[in-house]
Amino acid sequence: MSASIWRRNGLAHTATALDTFPKYLLRNAEQFGSRPAMRHKDYGIWQTWTWRQQLDEIRAFALGLLELGFERGDKVAVVGANRPRLYWTFTAVQSLGGIPVPVYADAVAEEMAYVLDHAGVRFAVAQDQEQVDKLLSFADQIPALTDIIYDEKRGLRDYRSEALHDFEEVQAKGRALIERDPSAAKNWEDGVRSASGDDVSVMLYTSGTTGRSKGVMIRAASAVQAAFDTVKFDNLTERDSVLAYLPLAWVGDHYLNYAQGYVAGFCMNCPESQQTVPQDLREIGPTFYFAPPRVFEGLLTSVTIRMEDAGRFKKWIFRTFTEVARKYGEAILEKRPVPLAGRLAYALGEILLYGPLKNVLGLSKIRVAYTAGEAIGADLFSFFRSLGINLKQLYGQTEAFLYVTCQKDGEVRSDTVGLPAPNVDIRISEGGEVQFRSPGMFVGYYKEPEKTAEAMTPDGYVKTGDAGFFDTDGQLKIIDRAKDVGKLCDGSLFAPKYIENTLKFFPNIKEAVAFGDGRDFAAVFINIDLTAVGNWAERNNIAYASYQELAGHPRVYEMIARNVDETNRRLSQEPAMAGAQIRRFLILHKELDADDGELTRTQKVRRSFIAERYGELIEALYDGSSEKFVSTEVTFEDGRKGRISATVKIAEANIYGSAHASPVREAAE
Amino acid sequence: MNPRPSPAQFAGADDGIAKGDVLLKVDNVSLSFGGVKAITDISFDIRKGEIRAIIGPNGAGKTSMLNVINGFYTPQVGTITFRGEERRAMKPHHAVRQGIARTFQNVALFQGMTTLENIMAGRSVLMKRNIFWQMLWHGPALKEEIEHREKVEEIIDFLEIEHIRRTPVGKLPYGLQKRVELGRALAMEPSLLLLDEPMAGMNLEEKEDMSRFIIDVNQQRGTTIALIEHDMGVVMDLSDRVVVLDYGKKIADGEPDVVKNDQAVIDAYLGVAH
Repeated sequence: MSASIWRRNGLAHTATALDTFPKYLLRNAEQFGSRPAMRHKDYGIWQTWTWRQQLDEIRAFALGLLELGFERGDKVAVVGANRPRLYWTFTAVQSLGGIPVPVYADAVAEEMAYVLDHAGVRFAVAQDQEQVDKLLSFADQIPALTDIIYDEKRGLRDYRSEALHDFEEVQAKGRALIERDPSAAKNWEDGVRSASGDDVSVMLYTSGTTGRSKGVMIRAASAVQAAFDTVKFDNLTERDSVLAYLPLAWVGDHYLNYAQGYVAGFCMNCPESQQTVPQDLREIGPTFYFAPPRVFEGLLTSVTIRMEDAGRFKKWIFRTFTEVARKYGEAILEKRPVPLAGRLAYALGEILLYGPLKNVLGLSKIRVAYTAGEAIGADLFSFFRSLGINLKQLYGQTEAFLYVTCQKDGEVRSDTVGLPAPNVDIRISEGGEVQFRSPGMFVGYYKEPEKTAEAMTPDGYVKTGDAGFFDTDGQLKIIDRAKDVGKLCDGSLFAPKYIENTLKFFPNIKEAVAFGDGRDFAAVFINIDLTAVGNWAERNNIAYASYQELAGHPRVYEMIARNVDETNRRLSQEPAMAGAQIRRFLILHKELDADDGELTRTQKVRRSFIAERYGELIEALYDGSSEKFVSTEVTFEDGRKGRISATVKIAEANIYGSAHASPVREAAE
Repeated sequence: MNPRPSPAQFAGADDGIAKGDVLLKVDNVSLSFGGVKAITDISFDIRKGEIRAIIGPNGAGKTSMLNVINGFYTPQVGTITFRGEERRAMKPHHAVRQGIARTFQNVALFQGMTTLENIMAGRSVLMKRNIFWQMLWHGPALKEEIEHREKVEEIIDFLEIEHIRRTPVGKLPYGLQKRVELGRALAMEPSLLLLDEPMAGMNLEEKEDMSRFIIDVNQQRGTTIALIEHDMGVVMDLSDRVVVLDYGKKIADGEPDVVKNDQAVIDAYLGVAH
């Protein structure tokens, strides 16, 4: 079905000769043979493999797999962190006409078993003992799984099993085969050259936050085409380098690092361990970088905290030149006209502050950086851009093989996700949902045609499930998950996540939950950020004993009221959002916690659960009362249960008219 | 081009003693400080390749026993035979040269130095070049330094402390400091490793980590381990044989299951009138 869509769409084919990643491997070994393809920090030293060496490693492993009885179409699970050998497994399997299936390494055994069973994997390549143990715990329930190959020997010495192989031994088998039969290498190469771009290149399982994970099948030629387009879009070449630290099973890593790496021929650098990423980043100084907004937030926080402890002179430099950067930095980055004095001040700042700071963060050489996945605060986004880091946003999903939209250099804003990516066709459905067709578009969900049909429109567009609209300059703006978007009684649009995110950009607010669907107005629960507000309380001599006491403090309410007020002012400037400004809010007496089921393990708000648990408080938001007594059960970290009770105050907020920006005080009902 | 040392390279110093034979023997040792008898007539042995636990209530003489083994105290009576060599008096640095390393009940690291420097310090005993060459830091001394650094990197990898390689030890949480201390002891490539309460003050997760490292050190590096520990669960799980002291006397000796059910041990721990 997908192939026919492909042809019907008539999307441009610019990379027809090279339509699989193993073909790119051969090309890169020829063209950039002595350039680095892969680095890994091991025993404190960066080990490097050139493209030629990488070809040798991959060929040896592929032939070793053949010796183990690998057959065309076999599926191979890849389980572990970012390691060269796991990346080589992808190409080796693809070169034999097999399908790699990367799996989230931190998945619990049942989840992993489900994916491996569903995909019908025959081989599994695992990083270490931990992953091997996990695989062995359910191996007998997966009839298709015959062999497990591991990368790191440690702790596996005493495992005696026919089904277990050391990665190096498999490679040795492959090398022995070439030794015995020199034509084996040539046959392998011929196989790679004659492979079809119509084969499935990789199967990426969705993380499964909404139900069972689904296996997204990506066609080789589509994957190559998508990567080809964005490599061109961002001018990536073999001279670029990336730090491959994102989860292997996530489309972002597979696309940004693996696919783009092969197409552009640049070097992937694997960190020593997950904890050493900041140091490794600094040592490598990548030119292309991706990080979710929370990473940038973490960086800024650590910088701010360190500056608080710095001497007066350093503080002065920091303040002065961040101000200069705020004024001129983005304009200089975007090559807009800037007065000479501004340029000089910025150049001085580069020497005194921006340069050293970027160096410490490992961002000195960045040419292109992207962030995606969550909304990013305008101040945060501008801070990094003003330092001269070309940080941009993209919007994508697994089904698109990442890119749906991305921002062009010079047309970057924090509240949009950019124009459609090259050759991507986007439309907004009548219900406000974003739909797209793209070169990298998936073939379908593995073994689930009905789910595939559900995710597509009859005319071949993929439904993203996100609600959004095009801004006046043609950039896409994502507001929420389509199913969460509702309407107030007066018919105005209510997008809870949009409101929550706007609130959460204030450092004082850690979490917010908005209500309003089918109600008269929007109202919110707020969790204060204990670190930020606690710090503020300390500086202002406000004594408090617990989160609960601080949350109920009148001055905290005053401070949060100012944040809510500012949020409303921002909402009022958005024609689509102005109707759903916050009229009443309260600060919750306890922190929302995954242990109590209020957040998911990935720290996302579980809206319906919270609505049920705090039903009385929601009613109080809408019945006009000014306070409400509640008692809530909580689970402590050691598993014991207890109750917290409190009288929660409910506050009113100012509403702004959408046309004029002066507050209109609304009477409490 | 990717030199991955095999675990076999780690194996502790080869001392010609077969696994399971007696590595260290304590015979009728008594130690007193003035009128206080810390240890009275204690005999036991440690076999090569085993994990030997020394347990007992507070003040039972466990740490004194460890101090006797590594030469910090000299007992008034009795002998200690290590690798077939009998000795009575010796200094701790002799013990180190003989292949005995230890960690302490309270972390005893160089707080201002980094993890890497602390573990490198553990290698100093194995460095052959004198201080002149080391200060010159050139030629043979540099080569030697690199060799030692490689060994240290293996230990860092082994203990999974890559991320704190360049962090001053004083800034680390307690559990990690304990791990660095273990790393420094390992750097001496001991054939007998003495651990004085390796899990004191740790939370459950840190204890589990530390237990795993102790087992790994024992199994992969083939290091013989003698440890003092208060957490009975840990002791019973980890050790091959346990010796129990109470008021400076040995009251039981044997495999964990036997010791656990010994009436004298139960009495000592539950506090029956003596």
